[in-house]
Amino acid sequence: MSTDLGLPSIGGLDLVPTTDAKQTAKDFTSDQEVRWCPGCGDYAVLAAVRQFLPTLGIKRENTVFISGIGCSSRFPYYLNTYGMHSIHGRAPTIATGLATSRPDLSVWVVTGDGDALSIGGNHLIHALRRNVNLKILLFNNRIYGLTKGQYSPTSEVGKVTKSTPMGSVDHPFNPVSLALGAEATFVGRALDSDRKGLTEVLGAAAAHRGTALVEIFQDCPIFNDGSFDVLRKPETKDQRLIGIRHGEPIVFGPADHRYAVVQDGLRLKVVDADSVSPEQIVTHDAANHELAFALSRLSDQDLTHTVTGIFRNVDRTTYDDAARAQVQQAKDRNPTPELQALLNGRDTWTIAG
Amino acid sequence: MTTNDTAVTSVPEVVTKDRVVIRFAGDSGDGMQLTGDRFTSETATFGNDLSTLPNFPAEIRAPAGTLPGVSSFQLHFANYDILTPGDRPDVLVAMNPAALKANIADLPKGGVLIVNTDEFTKRNLTKVGYEGSPLEDDSLDDFQVHEVAMATLTRGALEETGLSKKDAERAKNMFALGLLSWMYHRPHEGTERFLREKFARKPDIAEANILAFRAGHAYGETTEAFAVTYEVAPAKLNPGTYRQITGNTAMAYGIVAAGQTTGLPVFLGSYPITPASDILHELSKHKAFGVTTFQAEDEIAGVGAALGASFGGALGVTTTSGPGVALKAETVGLAVALELPLLVIDVQRGGPSTGLPTKTEQADLLQAMFGRNGEAPLPIIAPQSPGDCFHAALEAAAISVKYRTPVMVLSDGALANGSEPWKVPDASTLEKVDPGFATEPNAPDGTGEFWPYLRDAETLARPWAIPGTPGLEHRIGGLEKADGRGSISYDPDNHDRMMRLRAAKIDGIPVPDIEVDDPSGQAKVLVIGWGSTYGPIVAGARRVRGLGHDVATAHIRNLNPMPANLGEVLRAYDTVLVPEMNLGQLALLLRGRYLVDAKSYTKVSGLPFKAEELQDVFLDYITGAHPNTSAGVPAENTSSNGLSTGSTRSGAQA
Repeated sequence: MSTDLGLPSIGGLDLVPTTDAKQTAKDFTSDQEVRWCPGCGDYAVLAAVRQFLPTLGIKRENTVFISGIGCSSRFPYYLNTYGMHSIHGRAPTIATGLATSRPDLSVWVVTGDGDALSIGGNHLIHALRRNVNLKILLFNNRIYGLTKGQYSPTSEVGKVTKSTPMGSVDHPFNPVSLALGAEATFVGRALDSDRKGLTEVLGAAAAHRGTALVEIFQDCPIFNDGSFDVLRKPETKDQRLIGIRHGEPIVFGPADHRYAVVQDGLRLKVVDADSVSPEQIVTHDAANHELAFALSRLSDQDLTHTVTGIFRNVDRTTYDDAARAQVQQAKDRNPTPELQALLNGRDTWTIAG
Repeated sequence: MTTNDTAVTSVPEVVTKDRVVIRFAGDSGDGMQLTGDRFTSETATFGNDLSTLPNFPAEIRAPAGTLPGVSSFQLHFANYDILTPGDRPDVLVAMNPAALKANIADLPKGGVLIVNTDEFTKRNLTKVGYEGSPLEDDSLDDFQVHEVAMATLTRGALEETGLSKKDAERAKNMFALGLLSWMYHRPHEGTERFLREKFARKPDIAEANILAFRAGHAYGETTEAFAVTYEVAPAKLNPGTYRQITGNTAMAYGIVAAGQTTGLPVFLGSYPITPASDILHELSKHKAFGVTTFQAEDEIAGVGAALGASFGGALGVTTTSGPGVALKAETVGLAVALELPLLVIDVQRGGPSTGLPTKTEQADLLQAMFGRNGEAPLPIIAPQSPGDCFHAALEAAAISVKYRTPVMVLSDGALANGSEPWKVPDASTLEKVDPGFATEPNAPDGTGEFWPYLRDAETLARPWAIPGTPGLEHRIGGLEKADGRGSISYDPDNHDRMMRLRAAKIDGIPVPDIEVDDPSGQAKVLVIGWGSTYGPIVAGARRVRGLGHDVATAHIRNLNPMPANLGEVLRAYDTVLVPEMNLGQLALLLRGRYLVDAKSYTKVSGLPFKAEELQDVFLDYITGAHPNTSAGVPAENTSSNGLSTGSTRSGAQA
């Protein structure tokens, strides 16, 4: 749900042709055999996306998935839409050109923590600030899988991998903080195994006009097995997962022990819900940039507290809409441009035969 | 201007000349490029043939008055068709001591030197290492020196405008322009109109510049310092409508025109880089033609966005220079694998690395040819004059769309910023190209599937099915694809077949046969070049023929694939000589491809070849004299091991 900031607002899919035909997950499934490792979190995301796409009601042929390089970037091959498996880190650039020249397409980027945040970091932040109408699914498994197990820009300090036998000394990115700092207009996060939460964020991202970044925590069972287990296990997840929803107070935890998020100076902190009055509990506002940033910093990336849901969702004129509007404005001013007049320019002279 | 109310005591003699070379030189902040541009426009309007050479530092404003800060603009104009901006100036305008020092060596004995004396202060002289003023000793005795206090005179002319002294002096370049315009009988309506438009928001500045321009003109007319003025009659060019154009403008127009001839929206993804940025600037003005320009975050994003637009059915274009081509290499390789249209315009400059951003060099032929991982062949076209950039862009677009391939266009700094009269093409006669988007499933097995890599039997091009086309949903990527069906394939035989198919597709693109200019039919030496050396090579050959010798010339416009008759042409001559502004890149290709003992003449000074220089080299090869010596290399530039860092001839007599 976009927050109304008083600007003329259209949805992310408003210029994409719709269909009344009944579409199913099968219609969005290509004939290619899926070749991820058994137990890979990508399977869950693929299944969720295949279920989700038909619900958009847009024509399948107007849907495009662009990926970079990495395990997750094989994603487009498994969807029966238009797709491009491009090169490492560059998918946002290709998607930018496509989305800018084709407003009738729903354009999705599939990328990973290495692809988006390491080799493609520059393109990611510029896509976000530019606010091109495209949706970026960032599969974050905190490891390099396709190159067989080196640390990634989201790996924890101290992580022992093939390239860091004594532990990584590299400080990781917080992808949500990064996106918010890069002026992103939509930032969401979900867990691969949480079909409902993931689908909800995907739906809001699709409806958002502009660049949407969705971070998806995803397990690599081969090189970083169980990395998000504390967010999945019944005995730990309730203490750690904080689902947020625009307009609702931020409370979480098991039924017998509720926690709340309250302000602590310029930061946020988690307290026992019983220890504060209801007015002290922060109500989530997806239009509040500072709140979104504070939520992304609620704890270190040790998963002590992990916020899922939609951090930020605001309207801002998209780059592609504005660029197309300028072209249209120029055409309106000069509806029948004459190539000959352009070539002649102001000053010509003629030599007689 | 009438002469009734001016104090003309004697009318200067009017001397008729066939051709003149003028060089304006000053500080980077003196507006020499603008001055040169205006003189060029006036000259074009007058109907002379012309060729120009802007030469400026990479720094926007190097410290004022220093040698590194000198900016110059050379213009060659004539009453016949000329090919180069001229070897040496007949007239040098030096706005300060640095400009004098940097340029005086090029002025031949007896040449006209016009000096702005106001800048010849002790401080400015010391700055560039003059111990005394060259205006006061005998060092300039060989020249016809005209000392003009341009700043003072300009200030005087603008006294009543109320402009500050500093602002008034800034118009001194227009004073110089006015003086030269008088001396060469140039029309000046265009300049006055230009100044009014350029400074439309600052009418007082516009009027000040016009006043300065007129004051320069009046100065020439009223002082008796100038005994002669010169007339250069309009040139007898082929019939047609002409305009003046630079290479970058012509390239931009070619891209706009390509959108019209293909019926495709143009999408330019670009990152600013010298000397290519003007193409981005120009294209950004032509949105009404359906041109979208995207200034990307970097070179890679520029080409990535262009490729994405091509995937969506636009004509994707990226413009850059050598360092940018290096960054784009992986994406261009992807475009080769995807087999999608893409124009890559490389306005070459001196390399390696950052090299010489504002200087010309044929730096990137081998990079264009081979600068990608794996074997990733693509067509390469090199325009040979500023106006030819238009046709090169159109031709590149036609090949790109028809064959679904990235195409590289190799312009360079000399073409990009140089200008010439251009016979304006008739837009209605430009050849249309049908993009022929796929609309139907094409599987040969009748399954109703779409096979994205099922090739056209004649062109070997694959179908271009754009998103939004129902039933043709498909996935493409950088991984090797199965021939025909297009799904991922690691099959060894398939990879071998796909490599050969990609190569065969490019090799099979028909390009015109190369034409040899061998007027006598007696030549033993063939001089062959590519790109911007066309002018100097042909001018050098004309001189050689004028001296009674035979020489043949040919110019390769299509560098990949090369013309089918090229091997035959090369083998028809005893000697094949390849002058290049690099260390022998084309020569390497010709030797490798055609097993000919091609000789190289190379120079990488950041400046185009001079006609006289090439004349001497050609004569050496024709007469068999000194084919192994280096020409004109100052001693301090020659290292002790005998390797010349100036210009060298190699590959001979081993």
